Amino acid sequence: MFYRLSGTYHTSYRADRRLWKVPTDRWLVVALLVLGAFAPLYVSPLYLGSYVLPWVIWSAAALSLTLLMGLAGQLHFGFAAVMAIGAYASIHLTRAGIPFEISLLLSGLIAAVIGAVFGGAALRVKGLYLVMATLAMQYLVDWVVVNVPWISGGAHATLRTPAVSFLLLPLDSLAARYWLALGWAVLLTVFFMNVKRSSFGRALVAIRDKDFAAAVIGVDPFRTKLMAFFTSSFMGGVTGAILAFCFYRAVTPEQFGFNVSIQLVAMVLVGGLGSVIGSWLGAGFVLLAPIFLTNIISALAATGWVPVSQNFLSHLPLMIYGAMIIGFLLLEPLGLAKIYDNIRKYFLVWPFRHARS
Amino acid sequence: MAYFLELLISGALTGLMYALVALGFVLIYKSAGVPNLAQGALVMTAGYAVWLVMSWGLPVWAAIPIAGAIMFGFGLVVERLLLRRMVGQPVIMVVMLTLGLEILLRGLVPGILGSAPKPIDLGIDFAPIIIGDVFINRTSLYGGIAALVLVGAALAFFRTRLGTKLRAVSDDHVSSWAVGISVERAIGISWGLAGVAAVVAGALWGSSQGVDWTLSALLFPAVAVVILGGVDSIHGVVLGGILVGVLGTVIPGYLDSVAGGSTRDVVTSLIILLTIMIRPFGMFGREDIERI
Repeated sequence: MFYRLSGTYHTSYRADRRLWKVPTDRWLVVALLVLGAFAPLYVSPLYLGSYVLPWVIWSAAALSLTLLMGLAGQLHFGFAAVMAIGAYASIHLTRAGIPFEISLLLSGLIAAVIGAVFGGAALRVKGLYLVMATLAMQYLVDWVVVNVPWISGGAHATLRTPAVSFLLLPLDSLAARYWLALGWAVLLTVFFMNVKRSSFGRALVAIRDKDFAAAVIGVDPFRTKLMAFFTSSFMGGVTGAILAFCFYRAVTPEQFGFNVSIQLVAMVLVGGLGSVIGSWLGAGFVLLAPIFLTNIISALAATGWVPVSQNFLSHLPLMIYGAMIIGFLLLEPLGLAKIYDNIRKYFLVWPFRHARS
Repeated sequence: MAYFLELLISGALTGLMYALVALGFVLIYKSAGVPNLAQGALVMTAGYAVWLVMSWGLPVWAAIPIAGAIMFGFGLVVERLLLRRMVGQPVIMVVMLTLGLEILLRGLVPGILGSAPKPIDLGIDFAPIIIGDVFINRTSLYGGIAALVLVGAALAFFRTRLGTKLRAVSDDHVSSWAVGISVERAIGISWGLAGVAAVVAGALWGSSQGVDWTLSALLFPAVAVVILGGVDSIHGVVLGGILVGVLGTVIPGYLDSVAGGSTRDVVTSLIILLTIMIRPFGMFGREDIERI
C-alpha cells in the first residue's frame, strides 16, 4: 500500500539496477535529504550541535567500518585508532599550511596506509585472533599518540584545530560544520551503495563468505583484503578528521580510545552488519538511546517515583549500553536494519497480511 | 643487579596473578570454544562478591567459599541465559556478546555496590619479605602460590570423571552428544568453574589494589597470557603468565623513564601481536586454527 509496486515496471536492465526501485523509497530519500540539508534552519543549535551533528559523523564512521566488517567480513576492534590517525594527521597538515581540502585527503591516505598495515594481520589469521591483533594495534597506536609529543603535543595536551574553510565556506559557524559533515556522510552512503553492486564489492562479499572458494573463482584474497582495509581506513581517516574539525575542535588521545572502538563495533552490530540504513540507525541508537533513557530515568528519580542513588544514575548509561548490545544480539542479531525491513515489508502489502508472491 | 632481580621476581609473581585471571578464560574456551572477553568483569564481580560477603562480618576463610558458590551460580546463569543461545553463531556475535556483558557488569555492579575502591583484608601482612637486597610483596607471593595451586587443581580436575567429560566436550561437541555426555551441562560447569577461578583472582587482586571497576582492565594482560600460552592450554597459562609478567615488568622497569611511561601496555600489545604473527596458536595450544 504505502510502498506501491503496481505500475512500476522494469523494462530495461538500467531500470532494474537503480538504487531505489520503489518510488516511495525514492521520495523518502529525497525528503530525508531535504530535511537533513535544512536542519540548521529548524533544529535549535543546542540539539544540532550535541545530537544531530555527532550522529551524522558517527554514521559516516559506522559506514566506514561496516565496509570492512559487514562486506569483507574482517573483524576490526581498533577502528578508533585509525580515526585518531586521520584526526591528528589532518590537524598537523593544516597547521603546516596545507589547504584543508587537500589535508583531508592526505590524512585519509595516511590513515589508509597505516590501516592497511593493520590488515597485514588479516592476511594470516581471522576470527578471534584478528580481533586480538587489531585490539593490540589499537593499544599500540594509542601509546604512540600519547607518548610522542610531536604528535599529541604532550601527554595530557589537547590539540586545538586551526580555523579553516572548506571550498570558500568558513567552518566557524555550526551550520557550516554540519553541512560539511552531512556532505561527507551522504557521499559515503552513496559510495557504499554503489560499492555493493560493483565488482570490488562482490569480491569483498565472496571473501567474507569463504576465502578459499573466492580464491578458486579468481578473487585474490591477499589483494582484496588489503584493499578492504585500505578503503575502509581511508574513509575512517577522513571521518576522524571531520570529527576533529567539525565536532570536537580540540582533540585529546582519550577521544579515540579502545572504548570508542567497541562503540563503533556496537553501532555496526546494532544497526546490522553491512547495511547502509543500519549504519545510520545503529549510530543514532548507540549514541542517543543511553542518553535519552538516562534522562528519562533521572527525571523519574527526580520526581521520586523510582528510588535510585546518584551513584546508580551515573553508571546507568554504561548499563543501558551493555544491555542494549546483549539484547540486540539475543533478540535481533540482524539489527535495526532487519527491524526496518520487517516494517517496510509489512507496509508493502498493507492492509493485507501477505503478498501473493 | 638487585634491581633486575627484584623486577624479575615481582614480574614473575604478577604474571602468575595474571594467570589466575587467564585460567577462567582458558577453562571456558577449552570446553565451549567461546572467547570470554567478560573474564575481567567476572573477576571484578567476584571481588565485589568477596567484599560483600566479608561486609556481613564473615571471616576470610568462610567468605571466599561463599563468594565462590555465588560466582559458580552466576557463571551457570550467564551460560544458560546468554551463551547457550549463541551456539552456531559467528565468532563476532559471541565476542560482542561477552563484551556487552563486560560493559553491563562494569556499569551494574559498581552502580549498585558503590564505585569507590573497596578494601579486602585477607590477613596478609603488608610488610615485604626481604631476601638479601630483594623486596618481595607478600600479596603477590601468595597470589603466585594460589595460581600454581589452582592450575594444579584444574589439571587434576581434568583427570577426574567429570573432567574427562569436559575434555571430551572440548574435543568435539557432536561426538560427545553421541556417547551420552550432556554438552550443555559440561559447558555450564566450565562457566561455573571460571566463576570460581575469578573469585580467587578477585580476592587477591582486590586485596592488592582495592575492588573497583579497574579490576576489569585485567582482561588485557590476561588476553596476552592466553594468546601466548595457547587459548586451550591450562598449563600454558603458567608459563605464559610468567613470561607476560616478567617482560611486562622488567622492560618498563628500564624503559619507562626513557620513553615516558606506560610501556607495559606496549609490551603486552607486542606480545599479542608477535605471537599471533609467528605462532597464532600459542606455545602450547592445539594447532587447529584455520590458515588463510
